[in-house]
Amino acid sequence: MGFLDINNATKSYGSVKVLHETDISVEEGEFLVLVGPSGCGKSTLLNMIAGLEEVTSGDISIKGRSMNGVRPADRNIAMVFQSYALYPNMNVAKNIAFGLEMHGVAKDERDKAVAEVADLLQMRHLLDRKPSQLSGGQRQRVAMGRALVRNPDVFLFDEPLSNLDAKLRVDMRTEIKKLHQKLGTTIVYVTHDQIEALTLSTRIAVMFGGHVQQLGTPKEIYDNPANIFVAGFMGSPSMNLFPAKVQVENGAAAARIDLADGATVSLPFAPGNTMSGYDTQEIILGIRPEAITDEDGADRKSQAIHRIETRVEVTEPAGSDIFVVSHLGGKEVTGRFRADVDVSPGDVFPFAVNMDKAVAFDPKTEMRIG
Amino acid sequence: MASNASANVVRTGAGSRYVIYAILTLFCLYYLLPLYVMAVNSLKPLSEIQAGGMMALPSQWTIAPWQSAWSTAQIGVDATGLRPYFLNSILMVVPAVAISTVLGALNGYVLTKWRFRGDTIVFGLLLFGCFIPFQMVLIPMARMLGLMGIAGTVPGLIFVHLVYGIGFSTLYFRNYYQQFPTELVRAAMIDGAGFFMIFRRIMLPSSGPIAVVCIIWQFTNIWNDFLFGASFSDFDSQPMTVALNNLVQSSTGVKEYNVHFAGAIMAALPTLLVYIVAGRYFVRGLMAGSVKG
Ligand SMILES: Nc1ncnc2c1ncn2[C@@H]1O[C@H](COP(=O)(O)OP(=O)(O)OP(=O)(O)O)[C@@H](O)[C@H]1O
Ligand SMILES: [Mg+2]
Repeated sequence: MGFLDINNATKSYGSVKVLHETDISVEEGEFLVLVGPSGCGKSTLLNMIAGLEEVTSGDISIKGRSMNGVRPADRNIAMVFQSYALYPNMNVAKNIAFGLEMHGVAKDERDKAVAEVADLLQMRHLLDRKPSQLSGGQRQRVAMGRALVRNPDVFLFDEPLSNLDAKLRVDMRTEIKKLHQKLGTTIVYVTHDQIEALTLSTRIAVMFGGHVQQLGTPKEIYDNPANIFVAGFMGSPSMNLFPAKVQVENGAAAARIDLADGATVSLPFAPGNTMSGYDTQEIILGIRPEAITDEDGADRKSQAIHRIETRVEVTEPAGSDIFVVSHLGGKEVTGRFRADVDVSPGDVFPFAVNMDKAVAFDPKTEMRIG
Repeated sequence: MASNASANVVRTGAGSRYVIYAILTLFCLYYLLPLYVMAVNSLKPLSEIQAGGMMALPSQWTIAPWQSAWSTAQIGVDATGLRPYFLNSILMVVPAVAISTVLGALNGYVLTKWRFRGDTIVFGLLLFGCFIPFQMVLIPMARMLGLMGIAGTVPGLIFVHLVYGIGFSTLYFRNYYQQFPTELVRAAMIDGAGFFMIFRRIMLPSSGPIAVVCIIWQFTNIWNDFLFGASFSDFDSQPMTVALNNLVQSSTGVKEYNVHFAGAIMAALPTLLVYIVAGRYFVRGLMAGSVKG
C-alpha cells in the first residue's frame, strides 16, 4: 500500500463514464504526472483526489485513510490551479495565510509561516500587493506559496504552467523540480505537455479516453510504450509509426518495409527480439526520430544499425539538429541528423536505422507485441 | 473602454456639432421642464398660481407650502402632513431592499457555485416570478397576509416587496456570479472555508457593482410602488406614494397646488438622491459582464 492509493476509482456524469477503473499507487515523495490530450479525464482524477469531485465507485486513500466523503479541507492536500485562483480582494500575504486562518492558526504563527514561504519563493517584496498588480509568473509563485504554506501531505497541480509564456514556463518548470527535490513532498501534477511530464516526473500516467494507458517511469514510457497511443503521444517530434511485415528466415526475424519507389527493404530486429512468432504478419513498426540518423550520427554502442537509402523530401533545421523527412511504408517518417550533415531535399541519402530502439505493435489491438 | 469608445465616435465638423448641441439642449430642457414647474410652483403662494403664470418664477418666495406638506397638510382624515408616511416608506424600503439584496446574492451564489439537482428549474421559477403582473397576485396575497397576521402593517408590505424583489435580485446576482471564476470557490474550499465563509470572504467583497445596481433597482421600485401600498396598507402603515395621492385627493375646497407640488418633490427626492450618489456605479454595474475590462 502506498502513500496515496487510487483503487478502482471511476467517475460518471449521469450515464457518461469519464473515468474508467483506475488503479494508481503513489509512494511518499513521488512526483506523479498525469498526462494526456484535452478531455481525457486528468483534471477529473485530480479533482477526485482533492475531494472537489466525488468518486462514483472505488476508493481513494491518503496515508491509508479512505478519503471517500472527506471534505477537501480535511484531506490535508493543497492545490495549484491553472488560473492560479488568487483571491482578488486580498493582498498576497492574506492570500497565502487564508488557508491557515481557516484552519484556526494563530495570527503570529501565520505571519511567521507566510514570511518563511515568501523567503523560500523569493517574493518578500510582493506581500503587500493585490493579485491584479502581479505578473503572470509572480501570480504563479503566489499560488505555489499558498499551497506550500499549508505543509500538506500531497500537492496537486492542475496545469499550473499553461498560462505562462514559453520562456517563463521552462524557468518555472525547473523551479518546481528544484522545490520538489528540496522538500521531498508527494506531488500529483496534471499537464497535457508531454515534455513537462518527462522532465518533471518520477512516474507518469498517460491517459486517454478516461483510461490510464500506461503507468511507468519516464524512461519506461519513452522507451517501452505499451501501445500506439502512448508511443505517438510521448516524445517530440513524435515516434515514427509505419506499417511493415514480419519475415522470419533461419529463425531471425526482420521487418519488410516498402520504400517510396516501390522497392522494399528488410530490417532485421535486434538480437533477443520476440518477433519470430509473428511470421508473415502485418505490424506497425515504431522508431523514434533519434534512432533514424545519418550514418556517422548513429549510436556506436548499438548492435543493430541498418542502412536504408531513400529519398529526402523535406529538411527542417532546428539549430542543434536537422530533422529530415522521408517516406517509409507509405508513411511520412522523420529522422534526426546532426546539424552539420550536408543533406538537401531531393537527395537519395543513406539513413542509419537503430533497430535496438524499434518497437512493434499489433495493428488491430494497437498493443505492443515486441 | 475609454479608448474603445473614442474609436467608435464619428468625427464631426464644427457646424454639425452646433446642431447636435442645440438638439441635446432642447431635449434637456424638455425633460427638465416638469421638474422646473414643480420646483417654482412649490415655492409660491397659492394666489400666484391661481393668477396664472405657471412658468413664472415666484414674485414672492416662500417655503410655507413645503412646511405644510411635511407636517400640517390634510392627508385623508388627519392633518399630519406627509411626515409619518415618509417614515413608513423608509421603514418599509430599507429592510425590503437590504433583505432582498442579501437573499438575491445568496441565491445567485448557490445557483452558480453550489449547483444542485433541479437548480435551473428553481431559477426558471424565480425568473417567472419577476414577470407575473402585480394585479394577479393581489387577492391571493391579501389572503396570505391575513393568514400570517401581518395584513395592513409595514412588515406586511416588506414581505410583499421581498417576494417580488427576490426574483430580480437573484437574476442580477446569478448573472454576475456566473462570470465569477469557480476555481476561486474551489481554492477556498480546499483552504478550509465553508459555505458562508466563502460567501462572506470571497464572493461579497467582489460584488460591489452588482450590489449597487440591485439596491438602486429595488429602492426605486419599492419606493415608487403604489399598487401594493394602496392595497395592503392601513391608515397608519401607508407609504409615501399612497399618502401623496391622499393629499392631492382629500383637499376640501381649494386645491393647494403649491403644497401638492412640494409633496410630490418630497416623494421623489429619495430615489433622486440614490441615483445621484450611486448612479455611476449603476451604469458600470449594468455593463459588467457584457464588456470585459
Ligand atoms: N460536470 C460535467 N458534466 C459532464 N461531463 C463532464 C463534466 N466535467 C467534465 N466532463 C467531461 O469529462 C471529461 C474529462 O474532463 P476533464 O476536465 O477531466 O479533462 P482534462 O483531461 O482535464 O482536459 P483538459 O486538458 O482540457 O483540461 C471531458 O470529456 C468532459 O467533457
Ligand atoms: Mg483539465
